[in-house]
Amino acid sequence: MAKIHIPTPLRQYAGKQATVEVKGASVADALSGLVAAHPDLRRHLYTDDGKLRAFVNVYLNDEDVRYLQKEATAVKDGDTISIVPSIAGGL
Amino acid sequence: MATTFDVKPETATLTNDEILRYSRHLIMPEVGMAGQQKLKAARVLCIGAGGLGSPLTLYLAAAGVGTLGIVDFDVVDFTNLQRQIIHSTADVGRKKLDSAAEKLKAINPFINLKTFETRLTSENALELFRDFDIVADGTDNFPTRYLVNDACVLTGKPNVYGSIFRFEGQASVFATEEGPCYRCLYPEPPPPGLVPSCAEGGVLGILPGLVGVMQATEVIKLILGQGEPLIGRLLLIDALGMKFRELKLRKNPDCPACGTHPTVTKLIDYNEFCGIRGEEKPVETGIPEMQVEELKRRLDAGDDLYVLDVREPHEYQICNIGGHLIPLGDLPKRVNELDSSREIVAHCRSGVRSAKAVGFLQQAGFKKVHNLAGGILAWADRVDPKMPKY
Repeated sequence: MAKIHIPTPLRQYAGKQATVEVKGASVADALSGLVAAHPDLRRHLYTDDGKLRAFVNVYLNDEDVRYLQKEATAVKDGDTISIVPSIAGGL
Repeated sequence: MATTFDVKPETATLTNDEILRYSRHLIMPEVGMAGQQKLKAARVLCIGAGGLGSPLTLYLAAAGVGTLGIVDFDVVDFTNLQRQIIHSTADVGRKKLDSAAEKLKAINPFINLKTFETRLTSENALELFRDFDIVADGTDNFPTRYLVNDACVLTGKPNVYGSIFRFEGQASVFATEEGPCYRCLYPEPPPPGLVPSCAEGGVLGILPGLVGVMQATEVIKLILGQGEPLIGRLLLIDALGMKFRELKLRKNPDCPACGTHPTVTKLIDYNEFCGIRGEEKPVETGIPEMQVEELKRRLDAGDDLYVLDVREPHEYQICNIGGHLIPLGDLPKRVNELDSSREIVAHCRSGVRSAKAVGFLQQAGFKKVHNLAGGILAWADRVDPKMPKY
């Protein structure tokens, strides 16, 4: 099982949870497990043609998956996946 | 660490009054006389005198940053006071710049304060940034975030970044020579409306304090050339869990701003880049509106109107006009609770969410739906002055 960190703006679509435990051998598997359990998340993470949105960054542990094998990156038991969308607040 | 820029401390000698004032810095080996002179010689530009800008400018002024610039065009209002600690109750209605300048001068009369009463734009950013060594970004929207980043890359100034949402924050140092920029992390902005702002989503009052102080810390470290700056690292702050996590950031060789073949060679239209036209997000066209006075008159006359409140339950608790509560996000699955033969007036806080609700209902075949223009805020302003505003 890997743990997926859900950022604050998306928690409302994930049953208000901060982390979700999922099974999956790759980042893509883990994320599809996540959106299968929480379908409302899908449109926030994926475009209509099923691609991960450009403003949503996905990290495996502390590394950006864009610099690993992207969504094909292998996931081990105990790994942490973080979804890090951009936020802009400051005032 | 590699110094990211050079200040000329030899030109900044300290008077005896300043030596006394900065004594707790001067007796630390990491600062000392040389460091304090670097601080005095440094020129830091803060974008925004709001939530992040408050602690940021207060601490930079206290620490003795010699030239402190602030860009802001806003006026203090009551909803700012929960977190923008540089402003006090008596300042409501004043320009934020005037209010901030007064506090900063009171803390440290030795600093040179430069205020710029303007919105940061593609036309003025490069000119403004030129006279400073470091830029600290305390703005609150995506277009300005990208504008600050690109202007920092183009002028070669480090961008000390912080952003907040509810009880979560991010901090990093972008656009140094060796490190990534904001576009390396987020090449594209989210579509408008998908990521709520603090004004829409709320923010825990202490959070800008926490993140703004982190930005101030990074600014001071960059000036001193001490420690490990947040270059190439994104710090994630979760105030609710009080957990701090760190992610690695890389300089993207294909980055349009700071990559090996940059395509961003001048500042662009950032509202267009972020998909926003005009200042305010316009209410969708083709949405029939009703004014609050008309709603009041027709309710008083006993007309058969169905008032639909599309806010969240915790907002309903603050104030309501007795509408049937279905939060906008729940509307698709609860639409069967509504009777399409009745005349429906949808409202939210200010009219943006309810315009979306009306658009959705129209597509679902509802013919007699109106959006209450200005939302419950307009109702409080023009119909029921006793109603609290938030």
